[in-house]
Amino acid sequence: MDFGFTEEQNRFRQEVRGFLEDEIQKGFWEPACDAWIQGFDPAFTKRVAERGWIGLIWPREYGGQGRSHIDRLILTEEMLRYGAPAACHWFADRQVGGAILSFGSEELKREFLPRIAGGEAFFGLGMSEPGAGSDLASLRTRATEDGDYYVINGQKTWTSCAYFAHYFDVYARTDPEAPKHRGISEFIVDARSPGLSRIPMTDITGTEAWSDLFFDNVRVHKKYLIGEKNRGFYQVLHQLDYERSGLERIMGNYPLFEAIVQFSKEHKLSCDPDVRSKLAQLRIEFEVGRLLGYRVTCVMEEGRTPNWESAMSKAYSTEFEKRLANVAMEILGPYGQLMPGSRLVPLRGMAPHSYLGSKGYSLQAGTTEILKNILAARGLGLPGS
Amino acid sequence: MKLSLTEEQEMLRKTARDFLADKCPRAFVRQMEESEKGYSTELWQEMAELGWIGLAFPERYGGGGMGFVDLAVLLEEMGRACLPGPFFSTVVLGGLPILDVGNEEQKQEYLPKLIRGERKFTLALTEPGYQNYDASSVTVEAVPDGGRYIIKGTKLFVPDAHIADYVLCVARRKPENGIAIFVVDARSPQINYTLLKSIGGDKLCEVVFDHVPVPEAAVLGQPGQGWSVVQKMIERAAVAKCCQTVGNIQRVLEMTVDYAKERKQFDRPIGSFQVIQHYCADMATDVDGARFIAYQAAWMLSKGLPCTKEVAMAKVWMSEASQRVMDSAHQIHGAIGVSMEHDLHFHTRRAKAAELAFGGASFYREAVAREMGL
Repeated sequence: MDFGFTEEQNRFRQEVRGFLEDEIQKGFWEPACDAWIQGFDPAFTKRVAERGWIGLIWPREYGGQGRSHIDRLILTEEMLRYGAPAACHWFADRQVGGAILSFGSEELKREFLPRIAGGEAFFGLGMSEPGAGSDLASLRTRATEDGDYYVINGQKTWTSCAYFAHYFDVYARTDPEAPKHRGISEFIVDARSPGLSRIPMTDITGTEAWSDLFFDNVRVHKKYLIGEKNRGFYQVLHQLDYERSGLERIMGNYPLFEAIVQFSKEHKLSCDPDVRSKLAQLRIEFEVGRLLGYRVTCVMEEGRTPNWESAMSKAYSTEFEKRLANVAMEILGPYGQLMPGSRLVPLRGMAPHSYLGSKGYSLQAGTTEILKNILAARGLGLPGS
Repeated sequence: MKLSLTEEQEMLRKTARDFLADKCPRAFVRQMEESEKGYSTELWQEMAELGWIGLAFPERYGGGGMGFVDLAVLLEEMGRACLPGPFFSTVVLGGLPILDVGNEEQKQEYLPKLIRGERKFTLALTEPGYQNYDASSVTVEAVPDGGRYIIKGTKLFVPDAHIADYVLCVARRKPENGIAIFVVDARSPQINYTLLKSIGGDKLCEVVFDHVPVPEAAVLGQPGQGWSVVQKMIERAAVAKCCQTVGNIQRVLEMTVDYAKERKQFDRPIGSFQVIQHYCADMATDVDGARFIAYQAAWMLSKGLPCTKEVAMAKVWMSEASQRVMDSAHQIHGAIGVSMEHDLHFHTRRAKAAELAFGGASFYREAVAREMGL
């Protein structure tokens, strides 16, 4: 066992920190919770791309750097620590690019990966539907063949980053006669396609977090089918393993954690044994989540797809984030309820934002219940119900 | 970074698991708990011959030259097997402190025999009224008396003192009042032992030092090294205890999952019920978290890195996670799990004892708070 980083890795971490601190110092952005999914800043994404930090682990021939999963862990850990606005490229870098690499044709790899790595192609996800949440295989959006094209009709929901996305990674039913897991395919759909429209939705924090996507005879050329026809459900499971593989959940609200510790020190609240105990407990729980996340990276570094390991890490970490927000609000007392922008608001309102946001963390990318099912069945070999 | 065992560590683990499965079945554990001695001399000698006692000591003293993480692997297997006996006290509480703190003469005198299994050691630290693992709780005195010291006072919860050859006694050296560690001949007629009956089934003793004379040379290392060396001993012991507990609760998880697959109610295995599956998923998360946080601390200790915070975090997590795991294990096992017929109680009782050993969750949580600068 080795819990250390190499000198080269430590240098890389310093390089990333240097870049992010410089960005903050120049006033380009302010550290924020959830900035990896809500911080849209195409100029920031472009500056990250110029450093070769999007698609870091992809092969060089597709615009990547061929670096290790550990390097990517370091990069994303620092992005999250500093609350950097990385939402424009996060989904493509984390999972859609990998899906194209794993299942896509050579043509798709050449068309999309260099542009993602260049900070020029942003992706959103078209997975959930009003009637298909945890039971994703029951999705009803249809894609029917018409010559060289598929014609897509239906509705997707909870699509993050839709306003900025140039493309959507869309799952649609291509064989309604087959068993429901075996009739789904994956497509890349241009966000400007005729017939594709969007209605934004506001989440509980007041953020325009998602959109509903409506597909009305949207024509997609067959070359934009990712992987094999009707294998989409198996591809989405693979992609979800990667969606849960990072430190987003343990570190998505790290700026709040750091701020509440600092606040408690400055206001001498940390003399209170109860406050000391609660903050120390958070620190311990954070450490466990970080290590569970590191384990997922080690699995990927060994060349395996993380499965129950990322389910465990995500299920654990979303509970941590709920406790973090609760403790922070309790420490702030009545000021804890003040929302961003209010007079007298402490910590820029990060605490109530996180509190409200954390209700969704244990739902998105697999509910905690689904994740525990995965862990029980795949990790522990318990029988199906 | 690599969070899996090396090939060498995997081999060590497999050897240890096979050996202990053969030599340390639960019937043996039960027998040892019931005996006064609490260990088997034959097994002790076999472990010495396997190189286990000397594993983490330098080759120049006859040891295996391996590190603390390797020892952690072995401790995990011992925890898994509920191995009774003085391995922990001799190696972790006796030998490694001598290696750390002792002068060369002391190391030459004690370590080769310890490694060969010929001498057993333990540590006398806690006392009646002992609240926390800090210097102020030490009241046993060592008073100078013409070229020697006279040790007097009572120590509690000293593991395996009744069978040890030497006791490392943490005492206040008069007249300076500083903390020093004395290597005391455990067979001295002025030492009295009383076995306590503890939940873990291990052999904890009350040890009365009734004016025990020891030579000046019995001070381990330099006089005046003070509490910091004791603190390091406690930190290492806490991590070692965590590693044992990882083995304990990993075994409990496996027993519980196996039981949930076999036990049928309502015509189906209870493990097919989602509520049982989720209990098991939570147990697995607690166990894996425990493993990584314990091994992280062991790794830092082995590298000589400052790790007061990491040790404290490991002990807090272990203390609380192990209790959650045991609660779920009992709930899933149902009534058979609370019988003495079943093996689960061996694990339950040891997990509770380990939770309390070398400081519990509250003590270490406060240590984390201090390390955070709160």
